Amino acid sequence: MNWQNFFAMGGYARFVWPAYAVAALVLLGLLAWSLGSYRRVQRELGIREEKSPRKRKAARAP
Amino acid sequence: MPRFANPTQFMKLSAVLVPWCAAAAALGIGAGLYMALFVAPPDYQQGEAVRIMYVHVPAAWLASLVYGLMALGSAVGLIWRHPLAHIAAEAAAPLGAGFTLICLVSGSLWGEPMWGTWWVWDARLTSVLVLFFLYLGFIALANAFDDQSRGTRAAAILAVVGVINLPIIKFSVDWWNTLHQPASVFRLGGPTIAPVLLWPLFMMATGFLFFFATLLMIRMRSALLEARLRALKFGNPR
Repeated sequence: MNWQNFFAMGGYARFVWPAYAVAALVLLGLLAWSLGSYRRVQRELGIREEKSPRKRKAARAP
Repeated sequence: MPRFANPTQFMKLSAVLVPWCAAAAALGIGAGLYMALFVAPPDYQQGEAVRIMYVHVPAAWLASLVYGLMALGSAVGLIWRHPLAHIAAEAAAPLGAGFTLICLVSGSLWGEPMWGTWWVWDARLTSVLVLFFLYLGFIALANAFDDQSRGTRAAAILAVVGVINLPIIKFSVDWWNTLHQPASVFRLGGPTIAPVLLWPLFMMATGFLFFFATLLMIRMRSALLEARLRALKFGNPR
Protein backbone atom coordinates (compact mmCIF):
# COMPACT_ATOMS: atom_id res chain seq x y z
CA MET A 1 0.00 0.00 0.00
CA ASN A 2 1.11 3.50 -0.81
CA TRP A 3 1.36 5.57 2.37
CA GLN A 4 1.64 8.86 0.53
CA ASN A 5 -1.72 8.19 -1.14
CA PHE A 6 -3.13 7.08 2.17
CA PHE A 7 -2.18 10.28 3.94
CA ALA A 8 -3.37 12.38 1.02
CA MET A 9 -6.93 10.98 1.51
CA GLY A 10 -7.80 11.68 -2.11
CA GLY A 11 -7.22 15.39 -1.61
CA TYR A 12 -9.37 15.56 1.52
CA ALA A 13 -6.46 15.24 3.96
CA ARG A 14 -7.05 18.68 5.46
CA PHE A 15 -10.59 17.68 6.44
CA VAL A 16 -10.25 13.99 7.31
CA TRP A 17 -7.16 14.15 9.55
CA PRO A 18 -8.23 17.11 11.66
CA ALA A 19 -11.56 15.32 12.30
CA TYR A 20 -9.71 12.27 13.60
CA ALA A 21 -7.22 14.43 15.48
CA VAL A 22 -9.93 16.39 17.30
CA ALA A 23 -11.67 13.16 18.29
CA ALA A 24 -8.39 11.71 19.61
CA LEU A 25 -7.55 14.92 21.43
CA VAL A 26 -10.94 15.22 23.14
CA LEU A 27 -11.11 11.55 24.15
CA LEU A 28 -7.51 11.38 25.38
CA GLY A 29 -8.00 14.67 27.20
CA LEU A 30 -11.06 13.32 29.03
CA LEU A 31 -9.14 10.14 29.85
CA ALA A 32 -6.12 12.00 31.25
CA TRP A 33 -8.29 14.38 33.26
CA SER A 34 -10.49 11.64 34.73
CA LEU A 35 -7.56 9.36 35.59
CA GLY A 36 -5.59 12.29 36.99
CA SER A 37 -8.29 13.36 39.42
CA TYR A 38 -8.97 9.74 40.38
CA ARG A 39 -5.30 9.18 41.25
CA ARG A 40 -5.14 12.47 43.14
CA VAL A 41 -8.15 11.75 45.34
CA GLN A 42 -6.91 8.20 45.91
CA ARG A 43 -3.56 9.52 47.06
CA GLU A 44 -5.05 12.18 49.31
CA LEU A 45 -7.44 9.69 50.83
CA GLY A 46 -4.59 7.28 51.48
CA ILE A 47 -2.66 9.97 53.36
CA ARG A 48 -5.73 11.02 55.35
CA GLU A 49 -6.71 7.52 56.33
CA GLU A 50 -3.14 6.79 57.34
CA LYS A 51 -3.37 9.69 59.77
CA SER A 52 -6.75 8.76 61.18
CA PRO A 53 -6.32 6.18 63.97
CA ARG A 54 -9.94 5.07 63.83
CA LYS A 55 -9.64 4.17 60.17
CA ARG A 56 -6.35 2.39 60.76
CA LYS A 57 -7.95 0.17 63.33
CA ALA A 58 -10.82 -0.53 60.95
CA ALA A 59 -8.37 -1.45 58.22
CA ARG A 60 -6.65 -4.01 60.45
CA ALA A 61 -9.89 -5.76 61.27
CA PRO A 62 -10.54 -8.79 59.08
CA MET B 1 -30.72 -3.23 40.61
CA PRO B 2 -31.13 -1.90 44.15
CA ARG B 3 -28.45 -4.34 45.18
CA PHE B 4 -25.82 -2.52 43.11
CA ALA B 5 -27.31 0.77 44.01
CA ASN B 6 -25.39 1.54 47.14
CA PRO B 7 -21.98 3.16 46.92
CA THR B 8 -20.12 0.28 48.59
CA GLN B 9 -21.52 -2.23 46.14
CA PHE B 10 -20.77 0.14 43.30
CA MET B 11 -17.12 0.48 44.34
CA LYS B 12 -16.74 -3.30 44.40
CA LEU B 13 -18.53 -3.91 41.13
CA SER B 14 -16.86 -1.08 39.23
CA ALA B 15 -13.40 -2.18 40.38
CA VAL B 16 -14.04 -5.43 38.52
CA LEU B 17 -15.74 -3.89 35.49
CA VAL B 18 -13.38 -1.00 34.72
CA PRO B 19 -10.48 -3.07 33.31
CA TRP B 20 -12.83 -5.14 31.13
CA CYS B 21 -14.63 -2.09 29.80
CA ALA B 22 -11.30 -0.37 29.15
CA ALA B 23 -10.08 -3.39 27.19
CA ALA B 24 -13.32 -3.50 25.18
CA ALA B 25 -12.99 0.21 24.46
CA ALA B 26 -9.41 -0.15 23.23
CA LEU B 27 -10.34 -3.15 21.11
CA GLY B 28 -13.45 -1.51 19.65
CA ILE B 29 -11.78 1.79 18.82
CA GLY B 30 -8.66 0.03 17.49
CA ALA B 31 -10.64 -2.29 15.23
CA GLY B 32 -13.00 0.55 14.30
CA LEU B 33 -10.09 2.77 13.25
CA TYR B 34 -8.56 -0.01 11.19
CA MET B 35 -11.85 -0.75 9.42
CA ALA B 36 -12.68 2.92 8.94
CA LEU B 37 -9.31 3.86 7.46
CA PHE B 38 -8.24 0.71 5.62
CA VAL B 39 -11.20 -1.60 5.01
CA ALA B 40 -14.12 0.69 4.18
CA PRO B 41 -14.09 1.81 0.53
CA PRO B 42 -14.14 5.46 -0.52
CA ASP B 43 -17.61 6.77 -1.37
CA TYR B 44 -18.44 7.03 -5.07
CA GLN B 45 -19.57 10.63 -4.58
CA GLN B 46 -17.64 11.85 -1.55
CA GLY B 47 -14.37 9.99 -2.12
CA GLU B 48 -12.16 9.65 0.96
CA ALA B 49 -13.94 12.47 2.78
CA VAL B 50 -16.61 9.94 3.76
CA ARG B 51 -14.19 8.55 6.35
CA ILE B 52 -15.12 11.49 8.57
CA MET B 53 -18.41 9.65 9.04
CA TYR B 54 -16.75 6.99 11.21
CA VAL B 55 -15.91 9.64 13.80
CA HIS B 56 -18.88 11.92 13.31
CA VAL B 57 -21.76 9.45 13.50
CA PRO B 58 -20.65 7.39 16.55
CA ALA B 59 -19.87 10.65 18.38
CA ALA B 60 -23.35 11.95 17.51
CA TRP B 61 -24.99 8.75 18.78
CA LEU B 62 -23.07 8.93 22.04
CA ALA B 63 -23.82 12.64 22.43
CA SER B 64 -27.57 11.91 22.51
CA LEU B 65 -27.32 8.63 24.42
CA VAL B 66 -25.20 10.15 27.18
CA TYR B 67 -27.62 13.04 27.49
CA GLY B 68 -30.50 10.57 27.86
CA LEU B 69 -28.62 8.74 30.61
CA MET B 70 -27.68 11.99 32.32
CA ALA B 71 -31.31 13.12 32.32
CA LEU B 72 -32.43 9.72 33.58
CA GLY B 73 -29.91 9.86 36.40
CA SER B 74 -31.05 13.38 37.24
CA ALA B 75 -34.72 12.33 37.26
CA VAL B 76 -34.02 9.32 39.49
CA GLY B 77 -32.00 11.56 41.78
CA LEU B 78 -34.77 14.15 42.00
CA ILE B 79 -37.60 11.68 42.50
CA TRP B 80 -36.11 8.89 44.61
CA ARG B 81 -33.07 10.73 46.02
CA HIS B 82 -30.94 7.82 45.04
CA PRO B 83 -27.38 8.36 46.31
CA LEU B 84 -25.67 7.31 43.07
CA ALA B 85 -28.01 8.87 40.52
CA HIS B 86 -26.82 12.48 40.73
CA ILE B 87 -23.23 11.31 40.97
CA ALA B 88 -23.67 9.34 37.74
CA ALA B 89 -25.32 12.29 35.99
CA GLU B 90 -22.57 14.70 37.00
CA ALA B 91 -19.87 12.21 36.03
CA ALA B 92 -21.47 11.74 32.62
CA ALA B 93 -21.86 15.42 31.72
CA PRO B 94 -18.28 16.27 30.63
CA LEU B 95 -18.11 13.03 28.66
CA GLY B 96 -21.31 13.86 26.80
CA ALA B 97 -20.05 17.37 26.17
CA GLY B 98 -16.86 15.85 24.72
CA PHE B 99 -18.75 13.61 22.31
CA THR B 100 -20.95 16.53 21.27
CA LEU B 101 -17.87 18.65 20.60
CA ILE B 102 -16.37 15.87 18.45
CA CYS B 103 -19.67 15.62 16.57
CA LEU B 104 -19.83 19.37 15.93
CA VAL B 105 -16.20 19.79 14.86
CA SER B 106 -16.08 16.70 12.65
CA GLY B 107 -19.42 17.69 11.14
CA SER B 108 -18.07 21.10 10.34
CA LEU B 109 -14.96 19.57 8.76
CA TRP B 110 -17.24 17.35 6.70
CA GLY B 111 -19.61 20.16 5.75
CA GLU B 112 -16.99 22.41 4.19
CA PRO B 113 -15.91 20.01 1.39
CA MET B 114 -19.39 18.47 0.86
CA TRP B 115 -21.83 21.33 1.36
CA GLY B 116 -19.41 24.17 0.75
CA THR B 117 -19.90 25.62 4.23
CA TRP B 118 -18.54 25.00 7.73
CA TRP B 119 -21.84 25.82 9.37
CA VAL B 120 -25.49 26.54 8.65
CA TRP B 121 -28.16 27.51 11.16
CA ASP B 122 -30.48 24.70 10.23
CA ALA B 123 -32.50 22.50 12.54
CA ARG B 124 -30.10 19.56 12.95
CA LEU B 125 -26.96 21.58 13.45
CA THR B 126 -28.61 24.11 15.71
CA SER B 127 -30.29 21.49 17.90
CA VAL B 128 -26.95 19.70 18.39
CA LEU B 129 -25.34 23.01 19.30
CA VAL B 130 -28.14 23.48 21.85
CA LEU B 131 -27.30 20.00 23.19
CA PHE B 132 -23.70 21.13 23.68
CA PHE B 133 -24.86 24.21 25.59
CA LEU B 134 -27.21 22.10 27.70
CA TYR B 135 -24.21 20.02 28.77
CA LEU B 136 -22.19 23.16 29.54
CA GLY B 137 -25.13 24.67 31.41
CA PHE B 138 -25.55 21.50 33.44
CA ILE B 139 -21.86 21.48 34.40
CA ALA B 140 -21.89 25.19 35.26
CA LEU B 141 -25.06 24.95 37.35
CA ALA B 142 -23.87 21.88 39.23
CA ASN B 143 -20.84 23.86 40.38
CA ALA B 144 -22.46 27.26 40.77
CA PHE B 145 -23.56 27.11 44.42
CA ASP B 146 -21.65 27.00 47.67
CA ASP B 147 -24.26 24.58 48.89
CA GLN B 148 -23.52 21.66 46.62
CA SER B 149 -26.93 20.04 46.92
CA ARG B 150 -28.62 23.17 45.55
CA GLY B 151 -26.38 23.11 42.49
CA THR B 152 -27.05 19.44 42.00
CA ARG B 153 -30.83 19.99 42.11
CA ALA B 154 -30.75 22.98 39.77
CA ALA B 155 -28.58 21.12 37.25
CA ALA B 156 -30.77 18.03 37.48
CA ILE B 157 -33.89 20.07 36.71
CA LEU B 158 -32.15 21.60 33.68
CA ALA B 159 -31.15 18.12 32.47
CA VAL B 160 -34.70 16.81 32.77
CA VAL B 161 -36.25 19.81 31.01
CA GLY B 162 -33.59 19.63 28.29
CA VAL B 163 -34.68 16.12 27.30
CA ILE B 164 -37.17 17.85 24.98
CA ASN B 165 -34.16 18.56 22.75
CA LEU B 166 -33.46 14.86 22.08
CA PRO B 167 -36.51 14.14 19.88
CA ILE B 168 -35.91 17.49 18.20
CA ILE B 169 -32.40 16.36 17.25
CA LYS B 170 -33.61 12.97 16.09
CA PHE B 171 -36.48 14.21 13.94
CA SER B 172 -35.04 17.57 12.90
CA VAL B 173 -33.97 16.05 9.59
CA ASP B 174 -37.55 14.98 8.85
CA TRP B 175 -39.49 17.95 10.23
CA TRP B 176 -37.54 20.77 8.63
CA ASN B 177 -35.66 21.38 5.43
CA THR B 178 -32.02 20.84 6.16
CA LEU B 179 -28.71 20.30 4.48
CA HIS B 180 -28.16 17.38 6.80
CA GLN B 181 -29.12 14.01 5.37
CA PRO B 182 -31.94 12.00 6.99
CA ALA B 183 -31.32 8.93 9.14
CA SER B 184 -29.75 6.07 7.24
CA VAL B 185 -29.02 3.58 10.02
CA PHE B 186 -31.65 3.69 12.77
CA ARG B 187 -34.80 3.99 10.66
CA LEU B 188 -37.96 2.01 10.02
CA GLY B 189 -37.30 -0.50 7.30
CA GLY B 190 -33.65 -0.97 8.19
CA PRO B 191 -30.44 0.81 7.26
CA THR B 192 -30.00 2.20 3.77
CA ILE B 193 -26.22 2.04 3.80
CA ALA B 194 -24.09 -0.96 2.84
CA PRO B 195 -22.84 -3.44 5.49
CA VAL B 196 -19.23 -2.67 4.56
CA LEU B 197 -19.88 0.84 5.86
CA LEU B 198 -22.05 -0.27 8.78
CA TRP B 199 -19.49 -2.55 10.38
CA PRO B 200 -16.79 0.05 10.98
CA LEU B 201 -19.53 2.38 12.18
CA PHE B 202 -20.83 -0.08 14.75
CA MET B 203 -17.33 -1.11 15.79
CA MET B 204 -16.38 2.49 16.44
CA ALA B 205 -19.68 3.17 18.23
CA THR B 206 -19.14 0.12 20.46
CA GLY B 207 -15.63 1.33 21.23
CA PHE B 208 -16.96 4.80 22.10
CA LEU B 209 -19.68 3.25 24.27
CA PHE B 210 -17.19 1.21 26.31
CA PHE B 211 -14.89 4.21 26.49
CA PHE B 212 -17.79 6.16 27.97
CA ALA B 213 -18.65 3.34 30.40
CA THR B 214 -15.03 3.14 31.57
CA LEU B 215 -14.66 6.84 32.19
CA LEU B 216 -18.13 7.09 33.73
CA MET B 217 -17.20 4.48 36.35
CA ILE B 218 -13.78 6.05 37.01
CA ARG B 219 -15.38 9.47 37.45
CA MET B 220 -18.09 8.09 39.74
CA ARG B 221 -15.42 6.35 41.82
CA SER B 222 -13.57 9.66 42.02
CA ALA B 223 -16.69 11.46 43.19
CA LEU B 224 -17.40 8.85 45.87
CA LEU B 225 -13.83 8.95 47.15
CA GLU B 226 -13.99 12.74 47.08
CA ALA B 227 -17.08 12.63 49.31
CA ARG B 228 -15.27 10.33 51.73
CA LEU B 229 -12.28 12.66 51.73
CA ARG B 230 -14.51 15.65 52.51
CA ALA B 231 -16.14 13.74 55.34
CA LEU B 232 -12.71 12.89 56.78
CA LYS B 233 -11.48 16.48 56.46
CA PHE B 234 -14.47 17.93 58.24
CA GLY B 235 -14.34 15.27 60.88
CA ASN B 236 -17.67 13.56 60.39
CA PRO B 237 -16.96 10.20 58.83
CA ARG B 238 -20.08 8.21 58.10
